[in-house]
Amino acid sequence: MTGLGGVDLGGVGLAATVGLPALGALTLALFPARLDRAARITGTVFAAATLVVGALLAVGAADHAGGWSAHRPAPVGAPGPRPWHELDLAWVPGLDLRFHLGVDGVSYPLVVLTALLTLLCCGHLLWRVPAPGRGRTLVALLLVVEVGILGTFLALDLVLFFLFFEVVLLPTYAVIAVWGGEDRRRAARKFALYTLFGSVLLLVGVLTVTTAAGTADLVALTGGAGLPRGTQLAAFTLLAIAFAVKSPLWPLHTWLPDAHTQAPTVGSVILAGVLLKMGTYGLIRVAVGVAPEGARRAAAVLGILAVAAILVGSLVCLAQTELKRLIAYSSVGHMGFVLLGIATLSATGLQAALIGNVAHGVITGLLFFLAGAVKDRAHTGDLADLGGLRESAPRLAGLLGFAAVASLGLPGLAGFWGEAFAVVAAWQRGGPLWTTLAGLAACGGALTAAYLLRLLRRVTHGPASPAVLTLTPRLAGAELAAWAPLVLLTLVLGLAPALVLGVTEAPVGALLEAIR
Amino acid sequence: MSVAPALGALLPAVPLGLALVGLLLPQRSRRGAAALGIGGAAASFAVAVALVAALDGRATEVGTGWVDVGGLAVTLTLRLDPTAALVAVAVAAVALAVQVYSVGYLRDDDRYAPYAAQISLFTAAMLLVVLAGDLILLLVGWEVMGVCSYLLIGHDRRLPEAPAAAVKAFLVTRVGDVGFLLGIVLLGVGAGGFRIADVLAHDFTGGQLTAACLLLLAGVAGKSAQFPLHTWLPDAMAGPTPISALIHAATMVAAGIYAVTRLYPLFEAAPVALALLGVLGSVTLLLGAFAATAQDDIKRVLAWSTVSQIGYMAGALAVGSPAAALFHLLSHAAFKALLFLAAGAVIHAVGSNLLSAMGGLRRPMPVTFWGTALGLAALAGVPPLSGFWSKDGVLAVAAQAARHHTGPTASWVGWLVWICGLAGVAVTAWYATRLLLRVFLGPARSPRHPVDGAPTDTAEAAALDAPSPGVDRTLGTAPIDAPAGSPAPTRAGTSHDPPPVMRWPILLLAVPSVALGPLVLATPLRSALDVAEVHLDGLAVIPVALLVVGAGHAWWRWRADPTTDPATVLGPLRPALARALWLDEAQHALVVRPVRALGRLARRADETVIDGAVEGTGRGLHALGGGLARSHRAAVPRAAAALLAGVLLLGAAALAWGGAA
Repeated sequence: MTGLGGVDLGGVGLAATVGLPALGALTLALFPARLDRAARITGTVFAAATLVVGALLAVGAADHAGGWSAHRPAPVGAPGPRPWHELDLAWVPGLDLRFHLGVDGVSYPLVVLTALLTLLCCGHLLWRVPAPGRGRTLVALLLVVEVGILGTFLALDLVLFFLFFEVVLLPTYAVIAVWGGEDRRRAARKFALYTLFGSVLLLVGVLTVTTAAGTADLVALTGGAGLPRGTQLAAFTLLAIAFAVKSPLWPLHTWLPDAHTQAPTVGSVILAGVLLKMGTYGLIRVAVGVAPEGARRAAAVLGILAVAAILVGSLVCLAQTELKRLIAYSSVGHMGFVLLGIATLSATGLQAALIGNVAHGVITGLLFFLAGAVKDRAHTGDLADLGGLRESAPRLAGLLGFAAVASLGLPGLAGFWGEAFAVVAAWQRGGPLWTTLAGLAACGGALTAAYLLRLLRRVTHGPASPAVLTLTPRLAGAELAAWAPLVLLTLVLGLAPALVLGVTEAPVGALLEAIR
Repeated sequence: MSVAPALGALLPAVPLGLALVGLLLPQRSRRGAAALGIGGAAASFAVAVALVAALDGRATEVGTGWVDVGGLAVTLTLRLDPTAALVAVAVAAVALAVQVYSVGYLRDDDRYAPYAAQISLFTAAMLLVVLAGDLILLLVGWEVMGVCSYLLIGHDRRLPEAPAAAVKAFLVTRVGDVGFLLGIVLLGVGAGGFRIADVLAHDFTGGQLTAACLLLLAGVAGKSAQFPLHTWLPDAMAGPTPISALIHAATMVAAGIYAVTRLYPLFEAAPVALALLGVLGSVTLLLGAFAATAQDDIKRVLAWSTVSQIGYMAGALAVGSPAAALFHLLSHAAFKALLFLAAGAVIHAVGSNLLSAMGGLRRPMPVTFWGTALGLAALAGVPPLSGFWSKDGVLAVAAQAARHHTGPTASWVGWLVWICGLAGVAVTAWYATRLLLRVFLGPARSPRHPVDGAPTDTAEAAALDAPSPGVDRTLGTAPIDAPAGSPAPTRAGTSHDPPPVMRWPILLLAVPSVALGPLVLATPLRSALDVAEVHLDGLAVIPVALLVVGAGHAWWRWRADPTTDPATVLGPLRPALARALWLDEAQHALVVRPVRALGRLARRADETVIDGAVEGTGRGLHALGGGLARSHRAAVPRAAAALLAGVLLLGAAALAWGGAA
């Protein structure tokens, strides 16, 4: 240890952001089983505290490199992320492992989103715990997942990044396997094994980079750190496949529909809302940042696969017959837009990807909450058995309509910016390939509208089906409390995208400068 | 002048704010919803009028930055000029009329509150489109309008086809919007930002401009129901009649034309795109007019007529006169909104949409009759009503482009628009006359009257927005949400004019329908619209003559036998025209079904091939592991032999290794 003398308030905040949910999970483990509700409240308090601390990380951002809006060129010799706050402690000196955390404009929106969604999920669990109960354990597991996700977003050490990345796996497995739907075990196993396969590649990629460069410091590594071309290409391939599994990128996506469909509502929200973002975040920060040469050479492939994801994802959605599965598959298409943005390797594209990430988290989180509410009430998710929701539960139907319209990328709502500007970025790159990709992605936008309107038509319009006729239309206060922030964020991010784009502008500029 | 920016910003903001409040209202609060809706529209109207006064013929721009995406600036810019302000006045006026009218029309609808809020939201979006000075801002309004249209078409829960019509309307326009978005992207990327003033000032290459304008035209065709993306508009008549008046006649469908006028300098430099617009407009003009002749549903007649009239506007753009297009847009907004609101009154009174169920309503419904008659006369272009001046303006510039080659496109475009436009005048007069005669004159018909050979899918058409009058047959108690298909044995004798809340909007809209022509041509508004003086030269006689021919023929047919539909003259053509040459079916077979099949194919492939590979790998590894495990479960002798073999092998390897070292 180098001692705590060099740790400033920002560092403490970083440590607290990752530490609070961990502490919460540990505390919950000490609660006796009979105090289930008290345990859930405690967990929610920890989640709330995490959100507060995480949100406060922005304090002082303006004093640091880049600032909130103005993009200053990176000083020579110090490329890569210039975090607002840093915490850099020696951890295992023998292996040169450092506990190095930092937050900047790329990670900050995702940190807040993660903390917010976890809090909303914990709040939702206060109201109702899915079968078979044991809410205390579920809340604790969600907090552990939060530790992993937040750590992934904050880690500035490649090995630490990998460790946090892996922390998420087993608790998520447990959440699906214990609290999930009928086919939960198979789905959980598939999720765990598939993403484990990605993890192996990630590990190899991380080791390739760290041994070749002699350091695991992401700040130093960003820009390629003088790695030879071949190494960069190999590293990028390994890392990109690993992150593509997580994101997921077509055709490595097939774990997702099963996992998202079978997971309990809160699990689906976390999975779709933030877990997938670990993949896209890793792709931007690690794969592109560390192996830019590889990224440049693989950009076309990535772009083609992203557009394939958009088109295939939307087409598959058109033929889905189950509510949650449809929403799950829609993530494939939406993340396709994010990946297309990344593949362009341009400022517009990366900005679009980052706001697309956040918007997808908010909107799909909301959609899964609503789908859960519909399924809980109607006891079926089959589109053939649903119908006429607006007759029996007009508020719920209205909210579902809002979320679906936001999801189809209506201009003025959050989803628009990421998708439209991914198309802009692809067009900006020019050339026949990218122009075609932009056109196809735009067509994907029309297909997205097609399947979401089909969903609405099946669920909300028409005469009320027997399953819908008998449901309780009243929305619980806890439900409204969980949804309201997401509805508001969808609107606010749509009207004021600068909330995200203003923060990401400087680091994206710095990243592009570093990898030039 | 200094207040103009504030007024411009208020114009979309006021209805937007009230719409958001209205959407949060509990569904039961009719009074509050009506107050918010009417208040919002009235405030917009007042602000729009004040804006016209404040601008006083000058143009200004107001705006701030919105967001910067990787160096591409998106701004919140409003371009306030007299034309935009005038269109805003028209939009707000129709919105106000429709909000007031809806209070009566949806008197017994328990979902009135969200309906009124959605109209407010729509008004805000349309005003945003009208004023937008940034392409992305324009797109925001453009798409929000589409969503409102979707929501409102699907409003009526009694119509089984309403949800499908709503989805169709949104998706067909969305397909066009793929092109619109790409056009905007092309312009924005080229100009380095999306502010319209910057885009117009940027020096694009010819190829870029042509590509951008062609792409934009896809969106324009979708929104403004131009061939081949016109198919959604007739189906959209499943929406409540006031919605048809506001969104699907006066405002949203004209937004495509309006957007082109805003970007006209670009189109002027891309004659290929304008020529295409001219061809599409001419085709649409005739297609719509002929399809209107064969319909038996009053709303569908009007819908096809809208398609046709927007074709005139497109033609005016193609021959180089955005002013003529805007003039026709304004007069069309007035008389078509009037016609729809009057049609709503008729439908309420009769309990059916079908012309074959109407007749002889002139005496019991004098206000509605005169409103409709004036609207139809304006539509047909009877001098001196508004439609005469505006349509004559379109035909005059087309004639000039044809004969003197004055337009931005080749003269054949002028000829095409002119000749099709003239033909359209006769057909328009014909179907307008037929509509008037069938609804208001002749003997009263009961709705159970067999539909004389009407090939339209009658059951569907009958269900279209057919409120059945309730116990005492006054409009006020007509249960708008009565179950569809219930018999409505009303005779014209019991029908009468609508209550004041519905009558006044009709009367007020009749004023501009009649007087807009002289108003625009004779007052300072002329400079705002930039309409060249309408030359009443010898050529102006031609459309009037054609009008007399068309109307006379319909009247003569009707005169011979008032009980027979004049449309029987179409003979074997009627089914084809009623289905609009089966373009709907073609679209279904060529686009909808293949996409659905592709979806099923993609799902199957995804499940069997891609996921199959994953699952197969899993199963394969599992089998491999099982095999290896089995091979390790050996009996003692074989295990011992294997052990011995292993030891020998390792020993030999060690020896070889050692020997080599």
